Amino acid sequence: MSEISPTEWTAILLSLRVAVIATLVATPFGIALAWLLARRDFWGKSILDAAVHLPLVLPPVVTGYLLLLTFGKRGLVGAWLADHLGIVFAFRWTGAALACGVMSFPLLVRPIRLSIEAIDRRLEQAAGTLGAAPWQVFATVTLPLALPGILAGMVLGFAKAIGEFGATITFVSNIPGETQTISSAIYSLIQTPDGDSAAARLVIISIVIAMGALIASEWFARRATKRLHGN
Amino acid sequence: MLRVDVTKQLGEFSLEATFESQGRVTGLFGASGAGKTSLINMIAGLLRPDRGSIALDGETLDDTTAHVHVPPHRRRIGYVFQDARLFPHLNVRQNLDYGRRMNRLAEDPTQHKRITDLLDIGNLLDRRPGQLSGGERQRVALGRSLLSKPRLLLMDEPLGSLDEGRKVEILPYLVRLRDEAGIPMVYVSHDAAELRQVATQIVMLRGGRVTALGGVKVLTGTSPSA
Repeated sequence: MSEISPTEWTAILLSLRVAVIATLVATPFGIALAWLLARRDFWGKSILDAAVHLPLVLPPVVTGYLLLLTFGKRGLVGAWLADHLGIVFAFRWTGAALACGVMSFPLLVRPIRLSIEAIDRRLEQAAGTLGAAPWQVFATVTLPLALPGILAGMVLGFAKAIGEFGATITFVSNIPGETQTISSAIYSLIQTPDGDSAAARLVIISIVIAMGALIASEWFARRATKRLHGN
Repeated sequence: MLRVDVTKQLGEFSLEATFESQGRVTGLFGASGAGKTSLINMIAGLLRPDRGSIALDGETLDDTTAHVHVPPHRRRIGYVFQDARLFPHLNVRQNLDYGRRMNRLAEDPTQHKRITDLLDIGNLLDRRPGQLSGGERQRVALGRSLLSKPRLLLMDEPLGSLDEGRKVEILPYLVRLRDEAGIPMVYVSHDAAELRQVATQIVMLRGGRVTALGGVKVLTGTSPSA
C-alpha cells in the first residue's frame, strides 16, 4: 500500500480537528445535562431524555437536514448568529463540528450520566455537613468521582464524531479542505474509478482510531470502578 | 445548648420530639426504627421538619413558622455516620483536611496534631480509605468531623458497623474525645452499655416519641440493647 497523499492527510487532519472541537465544546453541556438527568426531577424530563437520544435513532440525513434548516444561512438560529456574532456554520468546518457534536452527544452523555448515578449520594451529604456548599460538593466530590465516566464519554463521543457521515454531508456538504472529513473522503474515493487503494488506507485509519477509542473508553471505565472502591 | 421541638411524618411513621440538651454528650437512645437517625438528620439539616424549630446556642437553625431553614453546610454541625463515608478519591490526609478547606479556615497544625494523636491516625495519612480497616475508617471519619471545627458533633451509631473487638478499640477514643475535645455531642445508639460509658445525659426515644429524659440513670432497667 502506497503513501498517504496530501488530500488524504487534509481529510484526516480535518476530521481530527472537527472531532476534537466537537467533543471539547459538547463536554460541558454533556456534563450539565447528565447531572440534570441523573439528579433532578422536573417536568418534561423524559422528553428531554428522549430528545438527547434522538440523534442515535433518527436517520442522520434527517438530523443534518434539521441542522441545515436551523443553523443554515437562512435558518432561524443560523441567520441570527451570522448577523450578531459572525459565526457561520453553513458549508464550513465549524458546521461539520456542530453536526458531529450533535450526533455524538448521546454517546457522550450516557457514560457521564451513569457515573453520576453510581456516586453514593451519602458522600455528598457528608461533604455538606463538613461545610461544603452545593457547588463545592459538585466540584470536589461529584466531578472527581465522575471523572473516569466523563473521560469515557469524551472518548466515545470523539470516536463517533470522527466517523460521522450522514448529518455532516447533508448539512455542510463534501468540500475538500473545508468539510471533507475521512468519511466523506472515503465516500468520494469509492465512487472514483481508481480510488480503491486510497479508500482502503482511510478505512484502515478509521478502524485504528475507532479501536483506539473503544479500548481507551474501556480503560477509563475500569479506572472508574477502582476509584469508587477507594483503592 | 441545643433545643429541639419538631414533628415529621415519614410515610406511616410519625416523629414528634421535644428536648433540650445541656450535657456534654447527649445520648439518643432507642431501638432501631425509633426515629433516632431521622431526628439527628433534622439537627444536621439533611431533613426538614414538617413543623417546629431547632436552635443551637440561641441561633435558630430551623423554624417552620418563620420559614427558616439553615442548609447543612452553614450549620457548622459535624456528623459522624455509621458508615464512615470517607471520600474514596482522597487519601486520609486530604479527607481530614476537607472541612478546613471548605470552611476556608486557616491551617492549624497544633489542632491537627492533637486530633491525629488523640485518634491514633497519624500513621494512616497517606492511605486511601479502601486500605483501612473498619475501625480505622471510623476514627478517620471522627477526625475529619472534628477538624472542620463544628459547634456540635452528631454521631449516628459510630460503632454500629463494627464487631465487638473493634468497639472496644474505639470506645476509649470516644471517652477521651468527650473529656478533651470540648465539643458538645449528640450520640445515637441502641446500646445502653455503650451510652453508659460515653453519655452524660439521655434522651430516650420509642416509636417516634420521647419517653424519658435525664441522666444516665434513666437507662437502668433497660436491657443492654433493647
